[in-house]
Amino acid sequence: MRISTIAYIFKQGFKNIWRNIRFSLASIATMAACIFLFGLFLALVMNFRYMVHSAEEGVAVVVYFDEGAKQEQIDDIGAKIRKMTEVDHADYISADQAWEEFRDDYLGGDENLAEGFRDQDNPLANSASYQVYLKNVEDQDKVVAEIEKMDGVRDVSQSQSAAKTLSTFNKLIGYVSLAIVFILLAVAFFLISNTITMGISVRQEEIGIMKLIGATDFFVRAPFVIEGIILGTIGAAIPLGVLYGLYNQVIKYVMTKFHLLTGFLQFLDAWHVFRILIPVGVGLGIGIGFIGSMISVRKHLRV
Amino acid sequence: MIDLNGVSKSYSKGQPALDNVSLHVERGEFVFIVGNSGSGKSTLIKLLLKELEPTKGTITVNGQRLDKLKHRKVAKYRRGLGVVFQDFRLLKDRNVYENVAFAQRVIERPTRVIKKRVPEMLTLVGLAEKYKSRPDQLSGGEQQRVALARALVNRPSLLLADEPTGNLDPKNSFEIMKLLEEINERGTTVLVVTHNREIVNAFKKRVITMKKGVIISDEQEGAYQDEN
Repeated sequence: MRISTIAYIFKQGFKNIWRNIRFSLASIATMAACIFLFGLFLALVMNFRYMVHSAEEGVAVVVYFDEGAKQEQIDDIGAKIRKMTEVDHADYISADQAWEEFRDDYLGGDENLAEGFRDQDNPLANSASYQVYLKNVEDQDKVVAEIEKMDGVRDVSQSQSAAKTLSTFNKLIGYVSLAIVFILLAVAFFLISNTITMGISVRQEEIGIMKLIGATDFFVRAPFVIEGIILGTIGAAIPLGVLYGLYNQVIKYVMTKFHLLTGFLQFLDAWHVFRILIPVGVGLGIGIGFIGSMISVRKHLRV
Repeated sequence: MIDLNGVSKSYSKGQPALDNVSLHVERGEFVFIVGNSGSGKSTLIKLLLKELEPTKGTITVNGQRLDKLKHRKVAKYRRGLGVVFQDFRLLKDRNVYENVAFAQRVIERPTRVIKKRVPEMLTLVGLAEKYKSRPDQLSGGEQQRVALARALVNRPSLLLADEPTGNLDPKNSFEIMKLLEEINERGTTVLVVTHNREIVNAFKKRVITMKKGVIISDEQEGAYQDEN
């Protein structure tokens, strides 16, 4: 194909947008509204998942050893635990560390109280432990059962309810988000292809003339497809820009106005959300514009 | 140039639009096809354009059997034809120049060739001055001239004109027909479907008369006949 033909097709694609500016604006608005909703939802879901994941990371299984267990045996238990595929990492807390932590947490600053223990032995002498963090809290029961079987293990303590709640919540978010994303996509596709079909049926006569003059299907279709892609790109760029601005503003607002909550709420920074949202949104816009115009023109090509 | 062999076309049950029509047109001929509405003359043009498929029979144009033509080859076939319609069928949102140039774009002519050919054609049809006008700024006669320029710009060997003077006053009709005659004299085969009695009688060309889908007369230097 000649370069001048390619240039002509692109030029016509751009010109079509101006020639049918009302239709173009309607398509962009529909696309922008759909991608805005989609983006908003995706950003919310990503943050929810991030918060749940952060909470999961804080849930640990604590493993205590038999009284008088030797350091070798403790090291052996540690190695076995770390070898388990479900385990993310395990920290060894010696009896002295446990006591120091307890003192800092509960007797912190009160020298008189701490004084009473000064000359005595470590009251938590048998409280050396492993704090085991899992990759996925859903595996907690299985891991606990396996650790309990190990020689030298006295007790395994776990936060059953925290783990259950988090894993249920996580699953729920997964299902709900999948369903909503699917519905949003279907609605977006329906609305956009409808708008494009409307715009093209207005130009049915034009397509008929082109075909009778001897234009190939490709030659007729290409400017419409270029037009669809341009509309899709603009229709994606606008809501993504707005969302980016909004996202930063909302996070700033929540962090300053509700700073008591900042311990519980951990937001993803904009880059983490938008490095996924931008390609997905732009891909969606271009994809819908491309497929929508291909399908809509196809109907009118049989002349 | 054109060969129709026992061609029939039915749209639904009942009277066929064309009924077992056989016809031969030589290269370089000028032929009028006349008849009242419903005689099948527009169906004939649509069949030649491969807008419609015959129910029976075969059509050969320029040595090419149209029933053997695949969908993707239809565009290439149509490029060898020039077509003019009663309602002009111009692209309304483009100016005169762009309408004519479009036919050249379609066959991927380089821009420098288009810049040379389009003004030539517009001069031929007497519209060189109005190249920037849009169709709605032109009279019916002028619009038909643009359509003619568009039909001729690719130098077709066959020009099909479906009621080219149907929407024009007598003066403009005559001028358009003069242009068609001039084009024919340059070697293009011209087939004009019309029911304009004055024009047919004035030009003394081959006249094929149709009635209810059948050819009832075919005369060299003929005249418009009342088929009733």
